[in-house]
Amino acid sequence: MTPSMKSSATKIVALIALIGLALVPVIGSRAMVQDLFMVLTMLVLALNWNMLAGFAGLVSVGQQAFVGIGAYGMFAAVILWGLDPLIGIVVGGIVAMALSIPVAFFAFRLNGAYFAIGTWVASETVRLLVAQWKALGGGTGTSLPKGTTKDMFGVDVIKDLIDGSSSAAADALTYWLALALAAATLLAGYMFLRSRMGLGLQAIRDNAEAAKSVGVDPTRLKALVFVLCAFGTGICGALLFIQITRVTPDAAFSVVDWTAFVIFITVIGGIGTLPGPIVGVIVFYALQRTLADYGTVYLIVLGLIGISVMLFARKGLWGMFSARTGIDLLSLRHPAPRRP
Amino acid sequence: MSLLKLDNVSKSFGMLKVTDSVSFEVAKGEALGIIGPNGAGKSTLFNLITGNIAPDEGAVYLDGVDMTRKPAMSRVQAGVGRSFQIPQPFTHLSVFENLLVAANFGGGHHGHAADDFCMDILDQTGLAGVADATSGSLSLLQRKRLELARAMATSPKVILLDEIAGGLTEGECVSLIQTIKSIHASGTSIIWIEHVLHALTSVVERLMVLNFGKMLMIGDPAEVMDSPQVKEIYLGIEV
Ligand SMILES: Nc1ncnc2c1ncn2[C@@H]1O[C@H](COP(=O)(O)OP(=O)(O)O)[C@@H](O)[C@H]1O
Ligand SMILES: [Mg+2]
Repeated sequence: MTPSMKSSATKIVALIALIGLALVPVIGSRAMVQDLFMVLTMLVLALNWNMLAGFAGLVSVGQQAFVGIGAYGMFAAVILWGLDPLIGIVVGGIVAMALSIPVAFFAFRLNGAYFAIGTWVASETVRLLVAQWKALGGGTGTSLPKGTTKDMFGVDVIKDLIDGSSSAAADALTYWLALALAAATLLAGYMFLRSRMGLGLQAIRDNAEAAKSVGVDPTRLKALVFVLCAFGTGICGALLFIQITRVTPDAAFSVVDWTAFVIFITVIGGIGTLPGPIVGVIVFYALQRTLADYGTVYLIVLGLIGISVMLFARKGLWGMFSARTGIDLLSLRHPAPRRP
Repeated sequence: MSLLKLDNVSKSFGMLKVTDSVSFEVAKGEALGIIGPNGAGKSTLFNLITGNIAPDEGAVYLDGVDMTRKPAMSRVQAGVGRSFQIPQPFTHLSVFENLLVAANFGGGHHGHAADDFCMDILDQTGLAGVADATSGSLSLLQRKRLELARAMATSPKVILLDEIAGGLTEGECVSLIQTIKSIHASGTSIIWIEHVLHALTSVVERLMVLNFGKMLMIGDPAEVMDSPQVKEIYLGIEV
């Protein structure tokens, strides 16, 4: 296959997958819609974390700060300002982006493991502050007012479309938003990495000193990625908690749910590769389905698999597959122009 | 006004004074050679000019602008391009992409113009055949050529070349000299650290000798090479 055939084949497969997923609320069960909603939102978080850790070398374990503040931003928009939750999603993204600036200011002074710890400390600080926010329930949290999600913009139309209840329609709406967000995040990530900034980022990843010596400013590029990923993560947090409808500081700023699982997904799928998080989230979901009844054993198995992949297949399942077969989907390479 | 000026630049690593009150100027379009024994502080001098290392004392000017506190990336954008003595390619990027980064960020070239600009340099440096190869897979000689090519891609006003001729065959050396002469002919200033003296002296207009971090001498290459001091220190010949 020529590269252009391969790329059209990729596009066709992606389009079929997208259409298939888009049809789920129409033809699938509600449980399936809810399950896949979680899968898609985890994918969004993983794509963002992969961009940070896999491409910008920013190993953050504080991304729950942006999930949490995104969720609280959305709740504030709905409860305090009476806005539609869908507008609340945008508010959540913007608030997360605003928060990322002081976090970056603090954490970017630190390197490696200290950066990771610094982001976690920042997140804990924000969690403690939010727990003081009485208007949104303080430490015990709060719920969206009854009927909020059923009154969301678009639910009526969807209700007729899928011929179901208002809550099923609300689920379908959040599901489609998650699908759109996942697709947009993947596309934006791909386009960013293919751009000159993405090339600069890959140069920094290979050799930071040499990158500076050809004019790349590592701090500036990394800060840009950090802020953009906070925006994506915040939007995802807001969307997640529209579906969950109830928020507490502990749930919204959970390091296990929004960062540990996300790291697992990215690492087993293939950190620093674009298809990695997609593979990872599929494996994660399959494991969750098969092991969910075993309680803590489930977490132990996840941990063991994560460690084995880190030890024996450092580029993850996708990296291993790609190295064996030579298949490079969503390639970031810039081929040299052919000249006579 | 000179293009590049160093004013009493000093640098120590611990107790070791590696650069000792060095002052010199390079005019626009001039080619300066630097020689000196291993460990004399030649590469460190480059790092001080490019901003990879900060000096303890003294100042570095480009086009009359004080660059001493500017980070490496601003100096590249202002026109200081460099090669590393030990090649530092972006190993996961292709040869072409290595140049593309430099052209985009250092040289201010964008889009198709950047592509063409990089391909011209690859042609000129004999790397066009491996343009799509991962730079991590190159031989040492090819990596050295890539160092030169990548420095050229930053569109420098002054290009700093650190021992790029070592280990070349006679034929390769001739083509390298040709490439450097054509850089020179295009009006770019050159500072070239080199042990391969015949290559160096066939290009440069002035020669500097560095020993124990001190600038011993600077001037006409033939006169410098003839001086008893240089023969003794640099070539280890008792006079
Ligand atoms: N980053 C550094 N830290 C400590 N010592 C260094 C460093 N860089 C160079 N040196 C020392 O400085 C001296 C000069 O090195 P260098 O500038 O590379 O010399 P040259 O290029 O002339 O061979 C050597 O003794 C070297 O070991
Ligand atoms: Mg040296």
